[in-house]
Amino acid sequence: MFDISPTEWTAILLSLRVAVIATLVATPFGIALAWLLARRDFWGKSALDAIVHLPLVLPPVVTGYLLLLTLGRRGLVGAFLADHLGIVFAFRWTGAALACGVMSFPLLVRPIRLSIEAIDRRLEQAAETLGAAPWRVFFTVTLPLALPGVLAGMVLGFAKAIGEFGATITFVSNIPGETQTISSAIYSLIQTPDGDAAAGRLVIISIVLALGALVAAEWFARRATARLHGN
Amino acid sequence: MLRVDVEKQLGDFSLHAAFESEGRVTGLFGASGSGKTTLVNMIAGLLRPDRGTIAIDGDLLDDTAASLHVPAHRRRIGYVFQDARLFPHLSVAQNLDYGRRMNRLAADPAQHQRVVDLLDIGGLLDRRPGKLSGGERQRVALGRALLSKPRLLLLDEPLGALDEGRKLEILPYLVRLRDEANVPMVYVSHDAAELRQVATQIVMLRQGRVTSFGGVKMLA
Repeated sequence: MFDISPTEWTAILLSLRVAVIATLVATPFGIALAWLLARRDFWGKSALDAIVHLPLVLPPVVTGYLLLLTLGRRGLVGAFLADHLGIVFAFRWTGAALACGVMSFPLLVRPIRLSIEAIDRRLEQAAETLGAAPWRVFFTVTLPLALPGVLAGMVLGFAKAIGEFGATITFVSNIPGETQTISSAIYSLIQTPDGDAAAGRLVIISIVLALGALVAAEWFARRATARLHGN
Repeated sequence: MLRVDVEKQLGDFSLHAAFESEGRVTGLFGASGSGKTTLVNMIAGLLRPDRGTIAIDGDLLDDTAASLHVPAHRRRIGYVFQDARLFPHLSVAQNLDYGRRMNRLAADPAQHQRVVDLLDIGGLLDRRPGKLSGGERQRVALGRALLSKPRLLLLDEPLGALDEGRKLEILPYLVRLRDEANVPMVYVSHDAAELRQVATQIVMLRQGRVTSFGGVKMLA
């Protein structure tokens, strides 16, 4: 049963690469946005909040199609990036990472935002009176105290990215070795007459990865509470 | 050395306070709601006055007429809060070192040792704030503020969160601090007995106004 074929390995490794890159690139943006939503009041804040959460409620195929329209080879932004910077997302693994990043972004932002909101702002005031400029307050007090939330968000985002299907297959298709992730490999396998065993193996791997991520996220959340109480 | 003349409106509450202090420890005395913390927050730079000036040693920190507001982190004014506010993710030693690092001051082991001895916190250095008693936390907070080498130290009800026994435990440290640390202080309290022991002059605050100003004797 557990003879993993080279094609399956390719899909697993590609999924991991896509999810890792998506999470790492999305995290700094996620932190910045979470901070903005937690700490600032500005015009259009609820609209921004809604847009961030949109991938969570939109049909993934719609998100994928919108990505194709904007960032595809003929898309407004996509054409510019391809012609001037040589960056192409459509039908490349980088496009899969982008789609996964967009789809997992709301899950990444939420725990970070909650952990920033939970920080006692009087600690930041104390840091100011001790001579810390605002950006140093952020890096020495806010971010370290929010770190468990950041890690929890990264884990959840990673889990979502590794399982993403609809937006990815719409935006970058299902090309073995380039854009065929675990999910799209399972999709292909269950449409193949003898694919059941292989699909089953990939399904088990998906379940293990997702469960592992949930356990890790829970553990980070508990660390967060301990950290805020100074133990 | 400290000259304050400020106005601030916060909802229904209006503060209009002016005083000049030369003493080593200026006691800011008043009931809760008299505006003590608001005033101290303005001196620290955490709150901006609506109108007026704040100056230390002739150095203007706030002057609303000239739109001058030196931000808290550039004032070099230490602040000891009622609730200590130690950084929970840092050890006691790292908390103590924080102000020196943020102000990019050179390490001063002699001064560090003096403060640690003065406050008897040598045995706590490796601990996390969560493992300290209330009194220990307040002593570390005092040390942390002192080690940032402030030109003025603000203490806002530093004993307020402690029970009677703990207060008596900390009070001698505050008196030693006054006599040995060589930093002018503004000491906020609603407890006349406490101020009689620590302060050298008194500013009395009532409903946002300075009602009297003078020696500690006026608290008797």
